[in-house]
Order: sequence, then C-alpha cells, then structure tokens
Amino acid sequence: MIRVKNIYKSFDGRNVLDDISVTFEPGMTNLIIGSSGSGKTVLLKSIVGLHEADSGEIWYEDTLFNTLNFHERKEIRKQIGMLFQGSALFDSLSVEDNVRFPLDMFSGLNTREKKERVNFCLERVNLAGTNKLFPSELSGGMKKRAAIARAIALNPRYLFCDEPNSGLDPITAILIDNLIKEITEEYNITTVVNTHDMNSVMEIGEKIVFISEGQKCWEGNSKEILNSDCKLLNDFVFANALAKQLKNTGV
Amino acid sequence: MVRQPRQSPFIIKFAVIGTKPDRMLKFLHEFGNYWILMGKVFSKPENYSVYYRQTLREFISLGLYSIGIVVIISVFMGAVITLQTAYNTDNPIYPSYLIGLGCRDSIILEFSSTVIALILAGKVGSNITSEIGTMRVTEQIDALEMMGVNSASFLILPKITATLLFNPFLTLISIVVGIAGGWIAGVGAGVVTSSDFIYGIQYAFIPYYILYSMIKTVFFAFIITTVAAYHGYFVEGGSLEVGRASTKAVVYSSILILLTNVILTQLMLS
Repeated sequence: MIRVKNIYKSFDGRNVLDDISVTFEPGMTNLIIGSSGSGKTVLLKSIVGLHEADSGEIWYEDTLFNTLNFHERKEIRKQIGMLFQGSALFDSLSVEDNVRFPLDMFSGLNTREKKERVNFCLERVNLAGTNKLFPSELSGGMKKRAAIARAIALNPRYLFCDEPNSGLDPITAILIDNLIKEITEEYNITTVVNTHDMNSVMEIGEKIVFISEGQKCWEGNSKEILNSDCKLLNDFVFANALAKQLKNTGV
Repeated sequence: MVRQPRQSPFIIKFAVIGTKPDRMLKFLHEFGNYWILMGKVFSKPENYSVYYRQTLREFISLGLYSIGIVVIISVFMGAVITLQTAYNTDNPIYPSYLIGLGCRDSIILEFSSTVIALILAGKVGSNITSEIGTMRVTEQIDALEMMGVNSASFLILPKITATLLFNPFLTLISIVVGIAGGWIAGVGAGVVTSSDFIYGIQYAFIPYYILYSMIKTVFFAFIITTVAAYHGYFVEGGSLEVGRASTKAVVYSSILILLTNVILTQLMLS
C-alpha cells in the first residue's frame, strides 16, 4: 500500500500539486486521471522520488519515503517497477539485455537462471522470440511490452505506469491495459497508472483519482465515474462528441 | 517611420553590472553541482562485474575508436612541425639534427598531450554529452534511478576509468606516430637526412618530459570526461538542448584544458 498525505509541489512559484492526499491499494489498478498539464506526471514522479515534494508525506507500507536518504531510497526502489511514457528502454541494449539489466544488477542469479527469467518475462508480455532485437526495431506497442517485461523482472511490489498507452492504437492500448491489470492481480502488486485515456479508465479503473490543476477533485471507481456530480470530472469524461451524445441520449 | 528612442549608455552599463551577480551565482551553482555529481560518481558501485563490463565497452568506444583520428592528426602535425622547423632554421650555423630535436620536443611537450586533448574534447566530449544527454531527455536515466541504480556512477565512472587509463596510451601512440610523420616529411622533402633526424630525436633526450606529458594527459582526460558528462547529465528539454549542451561541453573543457596546461607546465617544468 502507498499512502500520500498532503503533498505540495511547485515549480518557479507555480503550484503544480496542491494538498493532494490519496491511498493506493495493493492488488488493484489505481488510476490517476486528469487532462494534460493537470499534474499527473508530477504527482507520479513525486511519489517515486524523481521529483522532491515541497511538503507532505509519502508512505510505502510503514516507511516514510521522502525522509529517506539516497541509499535508503535505493532499497525501496529495488521493489519498484516503472513504465515510462516513452518506454525508456536502453537504446544500446537488445530487448533481452534490457530485461536482464535489473537481474544483472541486483538478483544474484546465475546466467542460466537469468536467461530463464528473461524468457519468462518476455513470454508473459507476448514478446517471445524478440530477445535479439533492439529498441529501434520495435513498434510502439512492443516497446511498451518490453518495458513492462523489464519492470516486472525483479518481481516488484509496486508498479508505476506513466501514460502506458499514449501513442498507441485503441486495440494495442487495450492489450497493454489488460496486461497491466493481469500482472497486478497475478502478483498482488500495488499498481499506479497515469492516464487521460477514458478507454483505460473504463477497462481497468478499479480505483480512480481525478486531479485538476494540481488538486484532487474526485475519487471513486469506474462504475461511479459516469454518475459523478463533479463538474470538472464530467467535463473531462464527456469531453468527446461520442460520449456527449451518449450522455444526452441517456445511454 | 517611427524612430526608436536611443538607449542611454548609462542604462546599458548598469544592466551589464546588474547581471554580474547573477552570472557569479550561476557559476557557483554549476560549480557546486559539478562536485556534488562527482561525489555521486565516486561512490561504491552496486555490482562490480557490471561496471567492469561497462568499462570494457567504454575502452572500445572512447579509446580504441579514437586511435584513427589521433594517428591521422599526429602524422600531419609531425610533418608540419618538421617542415616549419626546417624552413625557420635554414641557416648553416644551426646543425640540421636540431630539426629532429625540435620535432621531438614539440610533440612530446605540447602536441601529443595538449593538442590531442583538445581534439579529443571535441570527439569524445561531444560523444559523452550527447549520449548521456539523450538518455536524460528520453527518461533512460530516470529508469536507471527507478531500478535503484546510481545512474551518475553507472554512466560516468566507467567512462572516467576508460579515458584515464587509455588516453596516456593514445598520447604514446601520438608521440611515436608524430615523430614518424616528421621523419617521413623531413626526409621526403629533402630538408634533413634520415641519420641527422634520428640523431636529433635522440639528442639531449630528457625522459621526464614523457612523464610530464603523461601526467598532463591524465588531468586532461579527467576534464574531458567529467565536464562532458556533467553537461549531458543535467540537460533539460529535447534534442536542441542536447546539441547546445554538447557545444558548451566542448568549449568549457577546451578552456579548462588550456588553463590546466598553463598551471601544470608552471608546476612541473619551473
């Protein structure tokens, strides 16, 4: 479980996160939604420590993360898998080497065990046989899947995904969403996903937090989101023409 | 046509003075950040075998791949130094073996350490800045941090190790090839006989000059790698900023090399 308490963050005097408190449950896909520039990525990066929050508390189970020093944080980070918006695969390494990288660094497995683990992770994300390919040879969806394989290589307790389906077609996006959900349930991971994609919200949103201009405006699940009385949320959810039409016709 | 009012020279002067504290603060900020980064770089590696493999890769990309340019430049510089010395000492009172001696000392004392370092600041320095800078803007460095890897140490320490160990070797290659280039040009152009040139390069040889050159090379290698890595590591933005950072890294490391050259020369040869 991850608990965020009264987080504030500003850049050059401009408030980007304004008193956000939220709890992310284990074994559940927790979604942070909001329009572009609402502060989703800053919130996610503050939780994992890539940005330092100005004030507030971030708890991983019973550990207060934001008071830990560099070396103590490294221990927590070994339990974290993260999927970045642009996949962030290492260009100079093949898919296999990318997935094996965290195993080489921290696992203590022998070569054969590492190879087995890499192949297992690649098969789990339906990328078997791509071991020798380089990131530049992969499609957008394959890059995301390879990045997921790397993120789960060390059996993380926490999985963070920053807009995992941005730039993907709707079908591939749903495949990635479902993969994240399956992995979350299979390994009982605390997963936090940043997205502004309503398909993702309806597909995998077990717990949803809506933020707007750095403030938490609403919290609920995918069933409650369509009947919310939060105006900002309704503007976001029913932003496209099809959704508006469906709402107006009462579907 | 609307005439623009001329700005008072006093205002311009005041504005220039006004920016000085900002520049000073910025310089101090960058200087502090550089040493904080070095503190992170020289911390205990997470996994020695991975760092060892990474260092071997850097030996190849930063060291072996630089041999070609070092050889080409050294041959031509040796040739030019020999011909220049010959044409500027075209007087019977100067013995012709001085051409070989001049070529040898110029190459050992300055050319093979300082000029090659300036060239490597361009080749290796821009390579390091653009590699690390691209990793920064594509979130690959964030990905390393998220895995619990000390990204500064993992990316920069193998490069420093590789250049500190390999650049003295490049300097030795440059000395040998530069003198050979001088011999080829001198004998080929008929400005000195082979025996006079060879006598000249052996005449009054001071082995300490080689050590002096090696020590300078080690300092220059550290400057090239760390200044370039610093500029790449803290780049913000996109590809345009990575390009700008590469240019800045080359300019700053070149200036630092020249400054360090003066200081080391005064310390070691005075």
